[in-house]
Amino acid sequence: MRAMVSKEFRELRRDRRTVAMIVFLPILLLVVFGYAANFSVDSISTAVVGPQADQVQTQVPEQFEVVQVDPDADADDAQDLLVRDEADVALVTGTTPVTVYVDGSALFSAQAAVSAFNRLGDQVQVEVLFNPDLQTSWVMVPAIIGLILAFIGTVVTSIGLVKERERGTLEQLAVMPIRPSTVILGKITPYFVLASLDMAIVTLLGIWLFDVPFNGNPLVFALGAGLFLFVVLGLGVFISTVSTTVGQAIQTAFFFLLPQILLSGMIFPLEAIPWGVRWISYLLPLTYFTEISQGVMLRGAPLDSLWLPVLVLALMAVLVFTGSVLRFRRSLAPGTGARSGRRHAREKVPA
Amino acid sequence: MSAGVSNLTVRFGDTIALDDVTVDVPPGRISAVVGGDGAGKTTLMRALVGRVAPSHGHISSPPEQEIGYQPATSGTWPDLTVDENLAFVGGMYGLSTAALHRRRDELLDRSGLTAARDRLASRLSGGMRTKLGFCMALMHNPSLLVLDEPSTGVDPVSRVELWRLLAESAASGTAVVLATTYMDEGERAAYVTVLDRGRALLAGPPAQVVASFPGTVVTTPRPVRQEMSWRHADGYREWWPDGTAPGGRTVDLDLEDVAIVAALQTENGANA
Repeated sequence: MRAMVSKEFRELRRDRRTVAMIVFLPILLLVVFGYAANFSVDSISTAVVGPQADQVQTQVPEQFEVVQVDPDADADDAQDLLVRDEADVALVTGTTPVTVYVDGSALFSAQAAVSAFNRLGDQVQVEVLFNPDLQTSWVMVPAIIGLILAFIGTVVTSIGLVKERERGTLEQLAVMPIRPSTVILGKITPYFVLASLDMAIVTLLGIWLFDVPFNGNPLVFALGAGLFLFVVLGLGVFISTVSTTVGQAIQTAFFFLLPQILLSGMIFPLEAIPWGVRWISYLLPLTYFTEISQGVMLRGAPLDSLWLPVLVLALMAVLVFTGSVLRFRRSLAPGTGARSGRRHAREKVPA
Repeated sequence: MSAGVSNLTVRFGDTIALDDVTVDVPPGRISAVVGGDGAGKTTLMRALVGRVAPSHGHISSPPEQEIGYQPATSGTWPDLTVDENLAFVGGMYGLSTAALHRRRDELLDRSGLTAARDRLASRLSGGMRTKLGFCMALMHNPSLLVLDEPSTGVDPVSRVELWRLLAESAASGTAVVLATTYMDEGERAAYVTVLDRGRALLAGPPAQVVASFPGTVVTTPRPVRQEMSWRHADGYREWWPDGTAPGGRTVDLDLEDVAIVAALQTENGANA
């Protein structure tokens, strides 16, 4: 018994990934659930438009953070502000009662806003846009599409690549007369195709089963999904370069997936996460994909209003995908078995 | 011009994997590299196929498309059938469909794998999988065939079949080099190099290596010099460098005796 326990501790000590899971995971869960697991939104971004905008903005409850005041704007402009995600609530003054538009795609902000305005009774007329019944599934489905892409991109891709190494067939590929980039592209393309297919199926199923609307331009959605896919495929390739077994790859992928599930805004609204933790959310690709997918599907947001998440995903795609592929390429390049820096003195002899 | 390595030294950090090793692999000959674990066999095979860069010395090998390589792990894709494995390799080497089918049928026939052609590689026995790996390495008619321990863990019957295939390849002009832990395979090769801890202890045609080795080996129940004796059957064998053993029965040397003595000499210093 004592020998068994001792052996287990020795093995654990050398298995850094498991140690990381034992040490890092409880800390992550504690921090996330302690600070970030919060559904109540304290601050709702609000725009006030119409002739009495200046006057009304001083009267809105404290919970509503006025981010824009425009006396010259009308109801259409107010709705446009919500489409472009420049505010979660827009008050249109000049009518009696005051019209309030609420962005239903920002579910928790919308619930808080509707609840607050309902207390005001007849003074306001509340209209929830994009998700009138405030259904959770409408907000979750666009995010889950991203999660599925992330799963295929990181877990499935890394397993596929690590299997080649584990079985020794990567060595076989490395000596074949093909370029390393051809090997990498040949390995990744099927996963790209499968993930795209999965995305289409899940999107259509979401629309069919949950009546989730698709109000925007499918091409904008495809652009966001394509960029996001490159990022997660890059992560999958990266994981494969730091793993020698399938078990290690799954363990490592878990470290990349868990924060995305918890901190991307998919479950807990970003606005409710304190900045001490929220900065992590802005490093996660799923945060930006969710912004794009919810924006396009629910609000019909145009590309020019989603330029920031698209740009961030594009930058991430270039950095992560290129870096990972170059790293993977090193393991396929000739003469990489030796860690010596000496130049390869290899002659070709006639066949 | 032969493929091979000359004065090859390979270092991995502070570890010397190969130390000034020279191996010639001419066409039409089976060259064996024999050694135990950590002897440097795999490093040498990988150097020949361009996977390991030399720290010092030279590696000569034909272009990639002329090299056939079987890594220590058979190199087969377990989730592909025998046919699919061969087709994949043929495709990667640019064989036309007709040439691929012709070559695949020929190799399956020669290796006795025709009946298993639709079976997944993961469902093959160890010997059959090794033969498939060998066929894959041969698929594109390479001029240099590099095999890393093709017979390790393979049953004796399959080993005989494997050697028949090796001999056929060499007879057709292919330069064959294989790493093995089995001394008898070293004796079957036309040329043998015995590696120990990265150094070549012995090299040459096996019969010549044995014949030119100095001294005599005797069997004895009680060796006189422990450092130059080793267990054999129920007694010991002991080497006497000047050929004058004080007792015991003199035995006919074989490659295993010679390799053990060479290793003991290295361990105990050249003058032991």
